[in-house]
Amino acid sequence: MLEIKNLQVRAENKEILKGINLAVKAGEVHAIMGPNGSGKSTLARALSGHPEYHVTGGEVTFEGRDLLDMDPDERAREGVFMAFQYPVEIAGVNNAYFLKAALNAKRKHHGEPELDAMEFMQLVKSKSTLLDIDQSMLSRAVNEGFSGGEKKRNEIFQMALLEPKLAILDETDSGLDIDALKLVADGVNAMRGPDRAFIVVTHYQRLLDYIVPDFVHVLSGGRIVRSGGKELALELEKKGYGWIETGAQPVGA
Amino acid sequence: MTQVIEKLQPWRDAVEQRPQGGPRWLQDLRDRAAARFGTLGFPTVRDEEWRFTNPAPIGAGEFRLAGPAASLATEAELAGYLYSDAAVRLVIVNGHFVPALSRTAGLPAGVRVASLAAAIADHADVVQRYLGQLAEFGSRAFTALNTALAADGAYVYIPDGVIVEQPIHVLFVTTASAATGPILSTARALIVAGERSQARIVETYVGPRDAVYFTNAVTEVVAGEGSVIDHYKVQQESLDAFHVASMHVHAARGANFSSHSFSLGGKLVRNDAVALLDGEGAECTLNGLYLADGDRLVDNHTTIDHAKAHCPSHEIYKGILGGRARAVFNGKIIVRQDAQKTDAKQTNRALLLSDHAAINTKPQLEIFADDVKCTHGAAIGQLDEDAIFYLRARGLTYFEARDMLIHAFAGDILDRIKIAPLRAALEVELYAQLAKDLAEVDAA
Repeated sequence: MLEIKNLQVRAENKEILKGINLAVKAGEVHAIMGPNGSGKSTLARALSGHPEYHVTGGEVTFEGRDLLDMDPDERAREGVFMAFQYPVEIAGVNNAYFLKAALNAKRKHHGEPELDAMEFMQLVKSKSTLLDIDQSMLSRAVNEGFSGGEKKRNEIFQMALLEPKLAILDETDSGLDIDALKLVADGVNAMRGPDRAFIVVTHYQRLLDYIVPDFVHVLSGGRIVRSGGKELALELEKKGYGWIETGAQPVGA
Repeated sequence: MTQVIEKLQPWRDAVEQRPQGGPRWLQDLRDRAAARFGTLGFPTVRDEEWRFTNPAPIGAGEFRLAGPAASLATEAELAGYLYSDAAVRLVIVNGHFVPALSRTAGLPAGVRVASLAAAIADHADVVQRYLGQLAEFGSRAFTALNTALAADGAYVYIPDGVIVEQPIHVLFVTTASAATGPILSTARALIVAGERSQARIVETYVGPRDAVYFTNAVTEVVAGEGSVIDHYKVQQESLDAFHVASMHVHAARGANFSSHSFSLGGKLVRNDAVALLDGEGAECTLNGLYLADGDRLVDNHTTIDHAKAHCPSHEIYKGILGGRARAVFNGKIIVRQDAQKTDAKQTNRALLLSDHAAINTKPQLEIFADDVKCTHGAAIGQLDEDAIFYLRARGLTYFEARDMLIHAFAGDILDRIKIAPLRAALEVELYAQLAKDLAEVDAA
């Protein structure tokens, strides 16, 4: 589904990713771990097309198409979703209105009829229980005045509505208490399936207790330095990132 | 200097030929205003109040006064103007009341919605008490000019305790054309709301597309004790018109006055809103939304004068500027010595759609009491790039994202309109104008 080859990314005039190689197949969950500053979030943002992250080398294909050639909105409509580490507050834009616009933008792109208000609300109702999204969160402005947990739940709720093929979670667990973390994990697990892939970016192993990954990759200094199964996350938890940074050889460099 | 005097001479001549007749007090008022205008002349950018808005093009213009006979409009013309389908409607053409186009049936007993000229004759005691009393012209040349030429206009009177359900629409039309040449329209409104009365009043200012004219407007609002007055001003003049207006509000104890000002048209527009909170617990809201493109200029000067204790005031002005448009916002808040427990909040925001648009903004707080809360904030700039990216990351195109954010920016003020048909009509106008402005931005 996603093929990343030798990806190099610059942000704020600094070379951050120095050659990432990663292949993600449909149905898989890949966890990206690593110490602060290793480039985890840069990878997520570059994949989503953030304008401040400049790809200076390498290639990324999504379902055989050049992802880097697509605008951020086209990536989204094609089925790439990023749950933001810091969801943006948008004053004056009603959350339900925004969600409907996003959903219909995608439906239109795929030649499906747009949902009317009634159909949309039915869909919202069916998807909102799992994430404990209440009416007030829908009628308020997008993320405005939301607590940290509400913002993250709103991200996962958007993912549930938009049903992406590839979901990238950028430190969705940061700042969440255990209850919110479980809600978010339940939301993600409910969407796991043979046609969908996840990239879960996280600093801590804790989230991976609930969203159990198929693969774990450790990023350090802008490169993947270690890849393995879910046990790699546990090992990291025990030994800390220092173990990776000092001892490991870069993979694919 | 000679040049300035020459420019001013036609205006002095016009004032010399000011309307005559009527009661003695009115003659006196006009005479004093005429004398004052003669002394003041038009302001220049050397006046602090006009620092960023040069009214010289008005002074240099040749506008003529249109008499009542020349002031005709047709129902078909009016139908093209926003909210002209209001059930209660006063139509004032070139400053003169037109009974044939006005409709005032179905109002509660005692309510008077009529021509100012008629009220001068048969509501003399009320009119004499208030006309020209709030709109001081000692330092305001345009108000002096308006007062010197005052003969007719709109009069709204609500007796004590009366609640008027239907919005009252006062439609000021200028009918300038190639045939008439530029017209000076002296628009005047006097609104007197008795104790505990309630009313919603909409003033719109319109004229034919591309017509050149000058509307000089003065509105006085007397909000009696405990009255609730919801006032709307929609300025949608021709894009070649000049519009200078001042609104003066006197709010008595416990009165609640709110004003919503929408500025969509005009080449050079100056709105002054002055509210005196002159009784304990009087509350005032001044909101505004303005749109300008091309090389147009919109200047909003507001003054909220807290004279008594426990008066809250709220103010939000927002502007969207494209092209080489310029805007001025000057928000003065005065808190007098007796006005303890004042709670004043002012916000001013402007969105600049082009690199060539600009705004001069200035909060001006003059506080003489010690136990007060006054906050002000200004934010000028482009759209939030993070918000645009967030929306794009959810599948909206750049243009859809931008439009959504701009609509939200304007919607914040539109949503406060309590008259649903007016809100709907303004949304249509505003979004159509925005779409045009944005298309120009995209083409550039």
